[in-house]
Amino acid sequence: MTLLEIQDLHVGVDSREIIRGLDLMVNAGEVHAIMGPNGSGKSTLSHVIAGKPGYEVTGGQILFRGEDLLEMEPNERAAKGVFLAFQYPVEIPGVTTMNFLRTALNAQRKARGRGELSTPEFLKKVREVAGSLNITRDMLKRGVNVGFSGGEKKRNEVLQMALFEPSLCILDEIDSGLDIDALRIVASGINGLRSPERTMIVITHYQRLLHYIVPDYVHVMSKGRVVKSGGKELALELEACGYAQFETAA
Amino acid sequence: MKQVLAKADAGSATSNFLAAALERLPGAGLVPHIRARAFEAYERAGLPHRRMEAWRYTDLRALISEVLPLAPRPDAAALARAKASARRVAVDQAVKLVLVDGIFAPELSDLGELENELHVQSLREVLENSATGAMAGLVLSTTDDAVISLNAAMASDGLVISIAEGNTIRRPIQIVQVATGSSVSAFTRSYLQLDKGAHATVVQSFISAEGASGYQANDVLIALAGDEASLSHLRIAADAADAVNISSGIIAVGTRAKLDLFSMTCSGSINRYQGFVTLGGEGSKLSANGVNLIKDKLHADTTIVVDHAVPHCTSRQKFRAVVDDCGRSVFQGRIVVRPVAQKTVASLSTRALLLSDQAEADNKPELEISADNVTCSHGATSGALDGNLVFYLRARGLSDKDAQMLLIKAFIGESIEEIFADNLRDFVTAQAEHWLQERL
Repeated sequence: MTLLEIQDLHVGVDSREIIRGLDLMVNAGEVHAIMGPNGSGKSTLSHVIAGKPGYEVTGGQILFRGEDLLEMEPNERAAKGVFLAFQYPVEIPGVTTMNFLRTALNAQRKARGRGELSTPEFLKKVREVAGSLNITRDMLKRGVNVGFSGGEKKRNEVLQMALFEPSLCILDEIDSGLDIDALRIVASGINGLRSPERTMIVITHYQRLLHYIVPDYVHVMSKGRVVKSGGKELALELEACGYAQFETAA
Repeated sequence: MKQVLAKADAGSATSNFLAAALERLPGAGLVPHIRARAFEAYERAGLPHRRMEAWRYTDLRALISEVLPLAPRPDAAALARAKASARRVAVDQAVKLVLVDGIFAPELSDLGELENELHVQSLREVLENSATGAMAGLVLSTTDDAVISLNAAMASDGLVISIAEGNTIRRPIQIVQVATGSSVSAFTRSYLQLDKGAHATVVQSFISAEGASGYQANDVLIALAGDEASLSHLRIAADAADAVNISSGIIAVGTRAKLDLFSMTCSGSINRYQGFVTLGGEGSKLSANGVNLIKDKLHADTTIVVDHAVPHCTSRQKFRAVVDDCGRSVFQGRIVVRPVAQKTVASLSTRALLLSDQAEADNKPELEISADNVTCSHGATSGALDGNLVFYLRARGLSDKDAQMLLIKAFIGESIEEIFADNLRDFVTAQAEHWLQERL
């Protein structure tokens, strides 16, 4: 079943076109990697799917389970099951991680027509997942991402992914700023969430991440378009030859 | 009849204003003389204006220009309206003392529930019975500030509260000041004395009854926290949308004594709270915090002057303002460290969150340090909500409104979390949430 369908998408920022006729089809349960050099439009694509303000969609459409995603508010997209793991998770002083998780989870449950979780249910759920990601109780008591290391911030993203149970996860350079140990923890957390009901789009610069999160498909983006798609072996080819061949192709 | 009380118009008209008022104002013996002297001081200076540094951002002469006639003594209907409003702001467990249109209303107050250690009199009683005039002189003290002089001249009532040595008053004392009239003024003045080692919490709430509008409130609170005493003082100004509230606090803190001060302004048209705190005993501590929630055309000015007069005192201040619509927030924080006040520790942080393009915030920290072995710091910022934070929350399922709410609550929470007692912190949080709900 097609979960996400992007057709001839054009996106600009400040009247400069960043995405220029992008097509992408993603089925439920698949893991897709999107690779590409700096400035190829990977992060812009993730922001547009999640609904970040400041981008102008000048053409094309994004369908999520057949519905027009671009017509939805960011929170509606979240409630429908779209989750963006941020490349740079923000720090929110004064809002404890626990309070944030609970507020967000209940907002999504409410939008999906489900009741709020009771406190014991919620705590049990958080502690279970937090434990598997090495997230301490102290971190949960602190302001969201305040004073967290790069690795801790990314683990916090994976924690949310596990709690909110999205059907589409977009991981925007989840590997950036991580050392090899942190990368292993984050990747194993993500792999634990793979399921036939959950689709992942893994955006990355480096092939390294794909040793840990093995994709079903790899797409190469250049200058705002998907210029080549293939299986996981495409990533290896990229590692050997670099992106230069595609820059000219685009 | 309205009276113009600006300096340029000073003269017989204003003196007649006092003469007319004096007939109604309490005070035997020397009191009329004290009032007349205070009024003269006021007349010499006139209403404060922008060329005076302390009033630079709150030009009363331009904002008010006239002082309204004294409110009539509240009748039964006014008292009934005041009662309904006072109930709505009651702090849980508090002993309520209610002033209506500047007059103490014993029938609305919890006089029967006073703890034995708590001594309460009305200002009127004190002024009428002050045989030597000594107490009257103390209670009606003035500074070189004209609005405080005007208050001494015109104060119609208030509360004189004392707590003897070593006593702790468990329940908060809540002074509720209700305005029921329109286009009138009320001058109130209260005096609070905590003897050595006494502890108390005093909440002051300024509110309006339904239908009250365009009134002016001028309040002065003089407080003395004796050696090793501990005073928590919370004030909340929630006046009618077109009302003026000018309040002054003059507070002296003794040796190893502690003062916790919290001020919140969440409605009104022109609001100025000026707190003058003297840390006059070694080892005394001040924690002064506040939140101003400003919308429409509200002009809310919080000015705090802390005088470190002796060594080894600490003052910490955290003020936050949320400004929407065409509102204007002013925060002035002046810290004076005298030459003898070595080992002073003073910090001041003031931040404003601007929610609209027309909103304005003026933050003015001033440090006057004359001692060399001190630790003093200050910081001031103003800016809009961070769009990246809002988007992060929305991407996690929060609506735009809920995302803003959460961020604004966190912002003001930095100051509210400094409030001493849980129940008062909850009380302030609830009031702030109500404001936010109405706005968003």
